Amino acid sequence: MTAHTLLRVSQVGKAFGGVQALKDVSMTLNRGEIYGLIGPNGAGKTTLFNCLTGLYVPDSGEFVFDDQPLISSAPDKTVRQGVARTFQNIRLFANMTALENVMVGRHARLRSNIISDILRTPFNRREEQTTEDQALQLMRYVGIAHRAHDLAKHLSYGDQRRLEIARALATQPKLLCLDEPAAGMNANETDGLRQLIEMIRLDGISVLLIEHDVQLVMGLCDRIAVLDYGELICEDIPSVVQKHPRVIEAYLGSGAHA
Amino acid sequence: MKMTARFLARLSCPKKDGRMHWWVWALLGILLAVMPWIVAAGFGNTWLRILNFALLYVMLALGLNIVVGFAGLLDMGYIAFYAVGAYLWALLASPQFGLHWPMWAILPLGAGVAGLFGLLLGAPTLKLRGDYLAIVTLGFGEIIRIFLNNLNAPVNITNGPQGISAIDALHFGSVSLARPMDLGIVTIPSLVAFYYVFLMAATAIIGIALRLERSRVGRAWAAIREDEIAAKACGINTRNVKLLAFAMGATFGGVAGGLFAGFQQFVSPESFGLLESVMVLCMVVLGGMGHIPGVIFGALLLTLLPEFFRQVAGPVQQALFGKIYIDPESLRMLLFGLSLVLVMRYRPSGLWPSPQRQREIDDTQRVDAPAAMPVRHQ
Repeated sequence: MTAHTLLRVSQVGKAFGGVQALKDVSMTLNRGEIYGLIGPNGAGKTTLFNCLTGLYVPDSGEFVFDDQPLISSAPDKTVRQGVARTFQNIRLFANMTALENVMVGRHARLRSNIISDILRTPFNRREEQTTEDQALQLMRYVGIAHRAHDLAKHLSYGDQRRLEIARALATQPKLLCLDEPAAGMNANETDGLRQLIEMIRLDGISVLLIEHDVQLVMGLCDRIAVLDYGELICEDIPSVVQKHPRVIEAYLGSGAHA
Repeated sequence: MKMTARFLARLSCPKKDGRMHWWVWALLGILLAVMPWIVAAGFGNTWLRILNFALLYVMLALGLNIVVGFAGLLDMGYIAFYAVGAYLWALLASPQFGLHWPMWAILPLGAGVAGLFGLLLGAPTLKLRGDYLAIVTLGFGEIIRIFLNNLNAPVNITNGPQGISAIDALHFGSVSLARPMDLGIVTIPSLVAFYYVFLMAATAIIGIALRLERSRVGRAWAAIREDEIAAKACGINTRNVKLLAFAMGATFGGVAGGLFAGFQQFVSPESFGLLESVMVLCMVVLGGMGHIPGVIFGALLLTLLPEFFRQVAGPVQQALFGKIYIDPESLRMLLFGLSLVLVMRYRPSGLWPSPQRQREIDDTQRVDAPAAMPVRHQ
């Protein structure tokens, strides 16, 4: 593992009953990279995300993140190690305010416990205040600070996507995993999202991106991995991936290349 | 009814920064302090006893609110923790074993032991939600009651169905609350003294609940209630945080149980049946799940209302028809049930929901309200 490798996925496999969702998937993600993960529906992209973030336990293989193995089946520890994620079908805390959503994201980085919460120690007060300030700052960063005190479910679709990203950033990740962040967005919103992701990368956070919007992926990612039927069929820079025969086959069928 | 709710909502945070005016607090304090004297003089000791029980139920409802309202875990066996606290007091301060421990030792111990029972209930139910969780917790509550009912053989611990009597009353050193307290100028009747102690305990519990609501752990509970998977992805150790909710809620029940035993001076398993659990749950739901002022209101209302019906059901029939057609005891449950149905039909989020939830309901009634969570377009 070289110094600039942030995440190494080695031969990860996962089956659901008889369906092999992931077959020996291996790839490496470098520090500071925007890394795209594409593939047809059902190719296993989200399954890989879930294994990486500890929601699923992979049957085989391992993830090495920042020179430390990721403990599977412990999502909270994965977050502590520096992997944050968003969900394909937005999962916000609908009946909490937008600000509270982001404050929940700080959870793993806070040190107050139930005793100091009850006693309201000076430390506890300070920490709560900084948490709120940081959360507001993050909301400004993603551009939805004006909605801070609205319930999450009352935000517009695009703002909900942004709120989910702010909540993920609140965990202070080294790697931000975005699961189809542009799904359902119009061209304008997608463009705003592209700028946001680029800004996040400039701030030193690597991005792992699942996306169907080909234009967005090709324009944004440094490298792309392609999954098909749970297998990694290609991992390279966008221009190479675009011309790769197996990628074309996976997307358009075997007759298309001829 | 809607107007009353609006008024209550405004009273609960009348200033812009969400704080109450100081005079509201002062007025409330004076009112609560003179309350027992007025009640005793105007309505008699029966009502003062009922008032004391109302305070116990406030503590119970706030404890259950942590589990059900904050963390969203449906607990149907909550009364078990009340039983644990009550029996602990009964065993450590009664002739049963000849022990007479002081109050300052038993109450914290009761809170702790009830908390442990909370963990005991929480641990096997971590993966359960909703109706499944309700069934398991219901079973837990019954197990505790049946244990208490049968732990008189082979070794007699709880005295079985007869219960434990001649329990020490709450006492500070040698001053027992069971006897009127002579303070020179004024003599404080026993029931009034109990009222003040219960009021202090309830105030402390309200304070703890309010602080927990707006804290790191309170947010984590709410997050689990809203979306457990997203909570995990935010770095919350959902197992520990859920156990904490069960344990914390249980400690409130344990304290209330200890106070109950020291007040009644008699405990028996039949005080801790399923109906009691359901009653406390009703207080939480009817008042406004997750909203502390609402839950307090619910507890007071559900303790006072059935008693009120009991008192008036007989005389009213007598006055209207000249004789009593329906037994006041059954009529009171009838009216009580009817009022529950009406409240749930017309105010599904409780009589006094949090301003936030109130806003949601108003929103859904407006046509141009933004949709709830949007459906993803593939």
